[in-house]
This record gives sequence, C-alpha cells and structure tokens, in this order.
Amino acid sequence: MPVISTKTDPTNLTLTIVFTMAANADRVWRLWSDPRQLEKWWGPPQWPATFYRYNFAVDGQCAFYMTGPDGTKMHGWWRITALAEPHHLELHDGFADENGEPTGEHGITDMVVTMEPVDTGTRMTVVSRFESELHLEEMLAMGMEQGMTEAMGQIDAVLAT
Amino acid sequence: MVVQTERDEEIDLIFQALADATRRDIMSRVLVGEQSVSALASGYAMSFAAVQKHVAVLERASLVKKERRGREQLVHGNREGLTRAQALLDHLESLWRHRIGAIDNILAKDSPSAHGTEKEDTDASHQYQNGSN
Repeated sequence: MPVISTKTDPTNLTLTIVFTMAANADRVWRLWSDPRQLEKWWGPPQWPATFYRYNFAVDGQCAFYMTGPDGTKMHGWWRITALAEPHHLELHDGFADENGEPTGEHGITDMVVTMEPVDTGTRMTVVSRFESELHLEEMLAMGMEQGMTEAMGQIDAVLAT
Repeated sequence: MVVQTERDEEIDLIFQALADATRRDIMSRVLVGEQSVSALASGYAMSFAAVQKHVAVLERASLVKKERRGREQLVHGNREGLTRAQALLDHLESLWRHRIGAIDNILAKDSPSAHGTEKEDTDASHQYQNGSN
C-alpha cells in the first residue's frame, strides 16, 4: 500500500489525505482525466461509479451515478473549477437528479487535488471541505458504511499474509 | 431512497452551524475555556445581539452549552457535538483509504517496470472492482 497520511479538522469540516504512488505525474493525472480509469476507483465499496458525462476542462460539467448492491442508483455531479495538467485540480461535488443536473440538496463538497514529484514517484494531496451538509451522511445511509468495513477487513487480511 | 431521520436533522444543524466563519471562531474560543457572551461579543465587530444569535445557532446544534450565572451568560463547548462531525470525517477518510487501495491496483496493472511493485491480482480491492464491473 502507498504511504498514507490523513488529517481531519472537524471545526472546519475538512479532510486532508496525502499519499505517494510509484508512478510519474502524467500517469497519475490519467487517474482523474480518463473517466474509465476514474470509474475503477471513485465509488465506495459495492457502489461502483459510472461517469456518463465527462467534460474535463475548467467550468466543465461531469455527471455520474453509483450503483448499489440492490441496483439503487445515486446520482452525482462535478464541476471542474481549476485545472493545471498534471499538477493541480479543483472541483465541486454534489448530488444530482437522474439527468445529472445538480439538485442543490445537501450542499457541495469542495475538493482541491495537488500532485507533486517526489523521489519515489508522485505525491497526491486531496483536501475535501464540506459546506453545510450531509453529503457524507447520505452515502452512509445507503449502506456504504457496512461495505467500507468489509473492504477494510479484506485489505487487512491481504496485508497480514 | 433515503429517509430523513431525527439524526439526519441533527447532522444538518451541525454542518449548518459550522458553515460560518464567525461561529467556527466562537467554537474554537469556547473549546479552550468557557466565555461569557459579552466577552465573546467584545472580540467581534458586530453587535451583542448578532453574537448572541450565532451562539444560539451553535446551541441548537448541541455544539455549545449556555448557562446563566448571575448576570452573565456563560458559553462552553460541547465536545460530543464535535465528535459527530469527527465521526463523519473519519468515514470519509475510510472511503479515501479504499480509493487509494483501488488506485494502487490500477497502477500495479501497468507495465511492471514502470513502478516495480509486485502486486498480485488477488487483492481484495481488485476483487471488488471485478465484482462491480
């Protein structure tokens, strides 16, 4: 597993994740710029993501849904607010209706992603800040919590062997 | 698909309360030690009534507790309220740990010379990816 450091700040509702990958910045950038790559890692356990609209440019709108174990679809949207390949990406993330249009419900999560070269590859820093809502609580309500616990258990099992 | 429960409303109040810079500042002050509303008010360029309103929003979200002592209204931080926000962030952190595991698997499938890891395709996250596609 890549080295991971995290910091949570409950007063500012902010989560900072820092991790290093053994790959160059251009390769790491493709994890974001190519929706087929993104789909392989964005969704929570048992909620794979499908991006059906992907305009990866400043002011570009993206739309996706995540499909739960019982077939329930949860729709989301992104809007890219800043982009400097292959180092910097900022976007807003929120709930969408079935057509990928923002519902305005539960506010927006603001994400700032930075990629920088290090000796061992590329370090990615992701800062997520919640505005005034329950975005996360909604995901938890859909059973993500249980899926997450299971997945973490599986990873631990693999690491222990 | 999601039923709004009393707990959801409680979370709404917490997030709304913490969405304001002045209220976050009040929060960080009263977590250090209890303060009277008038002492708090003297620290901001706004009226006593405005500060009192901010405190009331924090109180509704159970982030602070207010008690009257003599003529003073004392405000102190309620750590349990903040713990709820912390728990939500912890879940988001778990989600990112899962995502990083998935990213690791994607990169491991590139040509081996590009990164030098020896990850096998039997990894748990990879199975999840297969199962979901």
